[in-house]
Amino acid sequence: MSWSWAFALEILPALLDGLIVTVKVTLISSVFALVVGLSFAIAKASRVTWVRHPVLLATEGIRRTPLLVQLYFLFYVLPDFGVLLSPLTAGIIGLGLHYATYTSEVFRAGIESVPVGQWEAATATNLSPYHTWTHIILPQALPPMIPALGNYVIAMFKETPILSAITILDLMGEALAQANFNYRYLEPITLVALGFLIVSLCSAAIIKILEARLRLENG
Amino acid sequence: MTSSSSYSGLEEASSKPHLCGAAKRGSAAVPHHSNPDRPETPIIEFREVGKSYGTFTILDKLSFSVRPGEHLALIGPSGSGKTTILRLLMTLETVTAGEILIDGRSLNREERSGKIVQASEAHLRRMRAEIGMVFQHFNLFPHKTVLENVTLAPVLTSRLSKEEAKNRAFELLDKVGLTNKADEYPARLSGGQKQRVAIARALALQPKILLLDEITSALDPELVEEVLSVITDLRNETNMTMLLVTHEMSFAKDFADRVLFFEQGKIIEDGPPAKIFQEPDHERTRSFLRKVIAAGQRV
Repeated sequence: MSWSWAFALEILPALLDGLIVTVKVTLISSVFALVVGLSFAIAKASRVTWVRHPVLLATEGIRRTPLLVQLYFLFYVLPDFGVLLSPLTAGIIGLGLHYATYTSEVFRAGIESVPVGQWEAATATNLSPYHTWTHIILPQALPPMIPALGNYVIAMFKETPILSAITILDLMGEALAQANFNYRYLEPITLVALGFLIVSLCSAAIIKILEARLRLENG
Repeated sequence: MTSSSSYSGLEEASSKPHLCGAAKRGSAAVPHHSNPDRPETPIIEFREVGKSYGTFTILDKLSFSVRPGEHLALIGPSGSGKTTILRLLMTLETVTAGEILIDGRSLNREERSGKIVQASEAHLRRMRAEIGMVFQHFNLFPHKTVLENVTLAPVLTSRLSKEEAKNRAFELLDKVGLTNKADEYPARLSGGQKQRVAIARALALQPKILLLDEITSALDPELVEEVLSVITDLRNETNMTMLLVTHEMSFAKDFADRVLFFEQGKIIEDGPPAKIFQEPDHERTRSFLRKVIAAGQRV
């Protein structure tokens, strides 16, 4: 079997559609994973037991089970209980929640790296817990976390092919559809790999730039 | 307060009643509305305060009180509980027994629907408004400029507008001699300069009580003087109540109108510096001072 440029060109538009879906899902899930992950981390740092314990239990549960199982749960099991999610919604929630448990560990480590003296100074200057987080702790904790968080975003991006299991036509989904229809796998799968490689490399570069800029801003 | 003496916890520690130091020195700073039958409310009162970590007890039934405007030096060997006292007052630690009163109001307890309960965060925030603290390791906010370090809290706690806070910050930076560093980040300052910024930051909230926790211990010797001179000015120019935990005996002697000598969480000696440093009642105090002198300090 030899490479056919004609076939590659023919399926390219469909694959680009898939790539757009992949990037969109990654971006939305990333925001979800970051926001929820930060909330998890703050809850895990809480002194209140009934806040800390349920969150610890939930995050451990999600982190220690496969994403594919969780996606099946959201998309195929929940409807039995009357909760109907579109493939995209289920995919974003599944991917976002799963990675929120990982990002929450990054956030937790970053928060713990801020010296205790900073908390004490915030207390001594009578800042509210909210202001302590937003003005003292997070601005110091976030910049060193950027590389680790960025890596998780790229990992999520690379994990999106799994979403084709719940009928999302992402890059992989489109490629599989084309391949199955034409009985040719070489071009579709090669193009999928190339697509992922290009976007991953670009994202890594963006994260590097972002990190450098944040470090600069914080002296 | 039931007794006319403000030193309610000293029966065991000292047989002789002391005159209040503040009444003798720096009397201009002490309001004189007290009459012998109703002594004025102490600004700080410890009532049988206990603090322990698990099975380790650092303070046990500690009682003493401080009059408004007094300048207290807390001295004693490491681990004797001096710093813990300041940390309890700043609510960085929680009292495990007894009660602390600030200006007659309980710091660690509050009344809610007729019941006395552990103080909530909201109660603690109200009480902290009266208290400022300067730390051994400065604890400046490294991502904020010197000016922002000083203006941040007054603005965020909505006590001052941005403009007012800035004006006050410049006044305070002027007082500590650092107006030219206003836009620098803390990393660019010397230890002595950092500590002077930290003093300005604490003062920006206009506390009634200032807690100074070994503020020169982390400094190179040649930088100690610039910080102490700022404290001396504060002592002479304001009527703040000041509690100083220190290992600098000669400074404690100049600064304080009353000295408490601690050992193992107990007040062993309580009186004016002239007495504590020259003719202490207890052998333990003498041996502590001898050791300090042997280590090269002038007293």
